[in-house]
Parts: sequence; structure tokens; C-alpha cells
Amino acid sequence: MIRTISVNVDEKLSVDKFNIDERNPHIILKDNPSTAEVDKLILCCPAALYKRDSQGEVSFDYAGCLECGTCRILAQDTVLEKWQYPGDARGISYRYG
Amino acid sequence: MSDYQAVVVGAGCAGSVAATVLARQGKSVLLIERGSFAGAKNMTGGRLYAHSLKAVFPNFEQVAPLERKITRENISLMTKDANTTISFTSPELGERDVTSYSVLRADFDNWLSSKAEEAGADCVYGITVEDLLWDDKRVVGIRCGEDEISADITLLADGSNSLLSERAGLAARAKPRHLAVGVKEVIALDETTIDDRFMNNAGEGTAWLFAGAATQGHVGGGFLYSNRESISLGLVVTLADLCASEIPIYQMLEDFKAHPSIAPLIKGGQLVEYSGHLIPEGGYRSIPTLHRDGCLLVGDAAMLCVNLGYQVRGMDYAIASGEIAATAAGAALDDNDCSAANLATYRSLLEESFVLRDLRAYQHFPEYLAQTKRLFKEYPELAARIMKSLFCVDGRPVEPLRDKVIGPVKGIGLFTVARDLRKGMKAL
Repeated sequence: MIRTISVNVDEKLSVDKFNIDERNPHIILKDNPSTAEVDKLILCCPAALYKRDSQGEVSFDYAGCLECGTCRILAQDTVLEKWQYPGDARGISYRYG
Repeated sequence: MSDYQAVVVGAGCAGSVAATVLARQGKSVLLIERGSFAGAKNMTGGRLYAHSLKAVFPNFEQVAPLERKITRENISLMTKDANTTISFTSPELGERDVTSYSVLRADFDNWLSSKAEEAGADCVYGITVEDLLWDDKRVVGIRCGEDEISADITLLADGSNSLLSERAGLAARAKPRHLAVGVKEVIALDETTIDDRFMNNAGEGTAWLFAGAATQGHVGGGFLYSNRESISLGLVVTLADLCASEIPIYQMLEDFKAHPSIAPLIKGGQLVEYSGHLIPEGGYRSIPTLHRDGCLLVGDAAMLCVNLGYQVRGMDYAIASGEIAATAAGAALDDNDCSAANLATYRSLLEESFVLRDLRAYQHFPEYLAQTKRLFKEYPELAARIMKSLFCVDGRPVEPLRDKVIGPVKGIGLFTVARDLRKGMKAL
């Protein structure tokens, strides 16, 4: 059971520098992935890109991805349809690192 | 005739050093990086043990973008509200052969790749290598979109989430128990405030590791490094164990920041970056095959990291593996024979070096950590109970010191504590 979350990660991500490829998502989810598998990604994705609302509806946004690969390691076969690194120098660009 | 004698994929610590060493040998080298500059995609906790960098760049201390020389080492056992810390400081920490520095990778890697360029390597940025080129069972270069670049040898330095090592058939997808996820905030504070809060002399810094409530009892820990004008604060949690958590890693980080022993350290600071990365933590037993015909694996892609709780190392191993791979690759190019049999020198040189000697010596430690979860909950609580019995004075008649210490230990069980201690010693 995942406890209530008080932190807003989107605000943290807003200080990062991104160059999002609006047309080509580098991560695509399968239709209707299993709840247990998505839970892993809710717990482990540092950017909090995997969310479930109070109705139980899963949402995902590849913008804000830190390209760590955590979701690929945990759920390439179960939740993900596609996982690639963004091309053309898109995605996160750390200024500190 | 290939386009290049050597192509190096990834301009992190391992890749840039490998490209530098190969270019110094007069080889034609392409270093190719998917970030718009070297370091754009990289992140460290961060501290670099400098010995292996010094071997390649003897004067790096004068020219590399380093943050602070680490002269204070703190280790903490953290409970929900208490924190037991050992703090060690000594001039010896900053002496010649044992120096270590806090670093930030955007600047550091950018500098390191500029050295590869100076040595004569062609460096291109903002290009993602999507696949390898094959001639039967031999890797003969790389593919980026429509472009194909051929090479006599290809060095894969594409990091802990290495897609190419899987493409090369060298590694299977890493297991969740062999990887940890790291999250970090870089928090800006002015230089003198950092000096004062961390008791650092000017230019000197603190490395601080936390076990226990930092990760809310899960296998991993918290870290804090003082940089020149910022603090790197974050958490590392093993994926397999994080999957069994009740709260997500980003909420853990928020709770860690609010801990009474952390909050005053970052007070008034401003978040300037939030980052995340995978960290190889499986040790020696998780190392994939490191070579095949025309191809070598280095750095994080080769899973060359060690986390002992008091010592966290990866970048120094990455640098050394890059140097050793370049030596082996250079010799193979001179022989005109980049077959797996001839490239096996890389593995044997690495086994003889401190890199695999260290990883071999600590090969049982990752399993010990995973199996001894008391380290992350009961032991920090034990430390806090003993400390409270020493420092909390309420006017009641005193107990003998022996009882103050032995009492809490008995709570866990003398036999259990002795066994955990013995196993831990054995694994180190």
C-alpha cells in the first residue's frame, strides 16, 4: 500500500533544464499494465512520472524524465511498450550533475 | 579500412579517459556522447577518489573543475528523530595519494572530454548511438540514425543503464537487486555558510553518509557532500528493496530533508537541480562479460562500483577501467587483432588491478547488506538508545555503564548482534 505523498516533484523538476521532443515520446506504456507492476514504478521513478489518481487511473508523462532507466530495469517486459534514450540531444540536460 | 581505429560511446569518466589514452597512443579515436555536452546526462553523489585520475592527468588538481577537497568524513546511523554520527577529520585525508574531491559532473565531465579532444580524439556531442554494426559475430562500429561509423574496436562506456552492452550480447538486463536508484538535490548556499555549517576550512569539504531512517529502513542510505557553493544531498536505495517500500523514493528524500539533523544544514538553501540515476551495486558477481570480438565494456556499463556504507566508489574505478581498456585496445590495434581472444588481456589486466581486486574482496558484501536489514533499522535505533542513556540526565540514580550498553544490545539479542558483526567483518 503506497502512503500519501506530500511532495510535489513537478516543482523540483521545474528548476531542471529540459529540451523535450514533443513529437516523439521516448517511453511508451502498454495498454492496461498490471497494478502491481505500475506500483513498482510509482515507488521507484525518481521523477514521479508514474501516477495513479484517487479513481485508480494510471497516468504517465515522459516529459520530466531523468533518463535513469529505473522503469526499464523494473518493467521493460510488463509495463513498457518502448524505452529509448531521447535522440538529438533532447531530454534532461544537467547544469550541475 | 574502418572510419576510426576506435570508437568510444559515452563521454563520462570511463569513456573520456579511454579516448584520451588511445589518442595519446596516436590511434584515430571518435568519442561520441548523447548529451549536448559531456556531463549533460551524468550525475554523481559526489565524491571522486583522485588516485586513478592522477595517474592519467598528474596535474589535474591545478586544472580540473573540482568542488572541495574532502577532509571531513561523517558517518551517521539515523532514526526517525535521532542521529548518531562518527566524524573523522585529519590532514592525512587531504594528503598526496589519498585525496578525494566533491565534484559536479556537468563541469567535471566537460573538462575531462576536453582533455580527450586535446589529446587528438574527435569528439561529437548530441548524437545518440542506437545500435552496433556487425560483421558476423564481430562488432565493427556503431549506428546513429542513418549514419554508420565503422571501427576496429568499439568501447562501450554508456553507463549503468547500458542499452548497448545488451545489444552487444555482453550483458543481460541488470537485475533489480544489482542496481540502486539515486536521487539528489543540489542546494545552493553561499561559500562561507557552507564552511561554517560543515566546519570546513576554505576549499575543504565534508563527505557524509547516513544509514537507517534516511531510507526508512530500506537497503541503501543517504548522502551529503559539500561543494564550493552548494550541497549535494540525496538518497540511494536498492531497486529490489524499494519495490517493497510504502513510500516512493522522492517522498523519502523529502522526509530525509525534514529530519531534525538535516533541516538546519540546508536551511535557507535554494534548490538549483533535481537529478536521478541508476547505480550498479551488485558488485563482482554482477559484472557482465567484458569483451567480445571488436568490443569492450568499461565503467558503470561494466558494473564497476562498490558501496560499503562508509565508502562509495565508482568514478575512480571507471577512470581506471577506461585507462586499462585503452591499454588493452591499443595493444590489440597494434597487433591488428581485435578478436575476443586477444582482447582478453583487458579482463586479465583488470583482474590484476585494484579495480577487480577490490570488487572481488567485497563480493559478498552486497548480499550481506540485502540480508541484514537490521543495519537499516534496529542498529541505528540501538545506537540512539545507547546514546540517550549516556546523555539524557534526569536526576534519577545512575545505572552502571555496562547495563546502559548491554541492555539495548540484549533487546536485539546478543547472539544476533555477534553474528551480524562477524558476517559483516567477513564480507569486508
